[in-house]
Amino acid sequence: MRLQYPSNVKVVRVPCTGKVDLIHLLRSFEKGADGVYVLGCMEGECRFETGNLRARKRVTQAQKILDSIGIGGERVQMYNLSSSEGPRFAEFATEMTQKIREMGPNPIKIALKKKAA
Amino acid sequence: MIVAKQKPIEEIIETVDPYNRILVVGCNECVTVCEAGGKKEVAVLAASLRMYFMNQGRDIQIDEVTLERQCDREYLEEIRNRMDQYDAVISLACGVGVQFMAETYMRTPVLPGVDTCFLGVTEERGVWTERCQGCGQCILASTGGICPVSRCAKRLFNGPCGGSTKGHCEINKDLVCGWQLIIDRLTELGRLDDYEKIAPIKDWSTERAGGPRKVVREDVI
Repeated sequence: MRLQYPSNVKVVRVPCTGKVDLIHLLRSFEKGADGVYVLGCMEGECRFETGNLRARKRVTQAQKILDSIGIGGERVQMYNLSSSEGPRFAEFATEMTQKIREMGPNPIKIALKKKAA
Repeated sequence: MIVAKQKPIEEIIETVDPYNRILVVGCNECVTVCEAGGKKEVAVLAASLRMYFMNQGRDIQIDEVTLERQCDREYLEEIRNRMDQYDAVISLACGVGVQFMAETYMRTPVLPGVDTCFLGVTEERGVWTERCQGCGQCILASTGGICPVSRCAKRLFNGPCGGSTKGHCEINKDLVCGWQLIIDRLTELGRLDDYEKIAPIKDWSTERAGGPRKVVREDVI
């Protein structure tokens, strides 16, 4: 559809969001990601039935952990959409980027850069 | 199995604060099943701690390992040659494992990462309930497989107290009456005359009230 979405969004494809585990979300932040979002199918339409529901629970767990360690639970989000909804894909990418820009960089990223220097 | 619960991360951070080189050790048995201290939980805790301390500006080394069990010497020995690299160990095993680890590695502080709760079962994923309190004298044969020590709030041995309402305990309405369960079960088994038999006074010395316990098998020593 040749819609534009922010270039800073890196896409990692998985066969189902049920494949995304809590540790994948946390390790992304450990390596310096400013924000992570999980895009899953509409609830009730998962072809593996509960994959996106599991992802939703794991994203909630990650939010709780990130809040408790001071990184900020809002850096990780989950959105649901159908695979045909191109414009919504772009909309979520823009929305998430906007939200993360407002929150500022991940303090871990800054710490890692300082360590490398 | 032994059911345990993860400690709040704030509590773990507080106990681990004085140390700089930490090993997080999990256990592949009970705490894996109750999702408190297995390989996944070790990875999550280690990542969370690393991020927390990096955010504080502290350069802390946090390594991870999961042993098969922490209640048998041969498994604890697997990490002997790397123990000198660490100032402290966070063990996500049950209280048994934490203590045995501490006894095996006397010069390294061993900190608990879970709260050990009880001996119980998985009713469904995410819900674990108590079944056994280790009284040392099992009478499940005469109560249809339901334990009055762990499931009756008053630990009665000869029938219900009569205070239950609709099969629920008068002490806690969310608790099913243990004796209701026993009677229902004996009825189903067709063994209600077992209920008529009077149980003798229990010897509680084999329970934890009798002090720390020991089992010795002379034939295998």
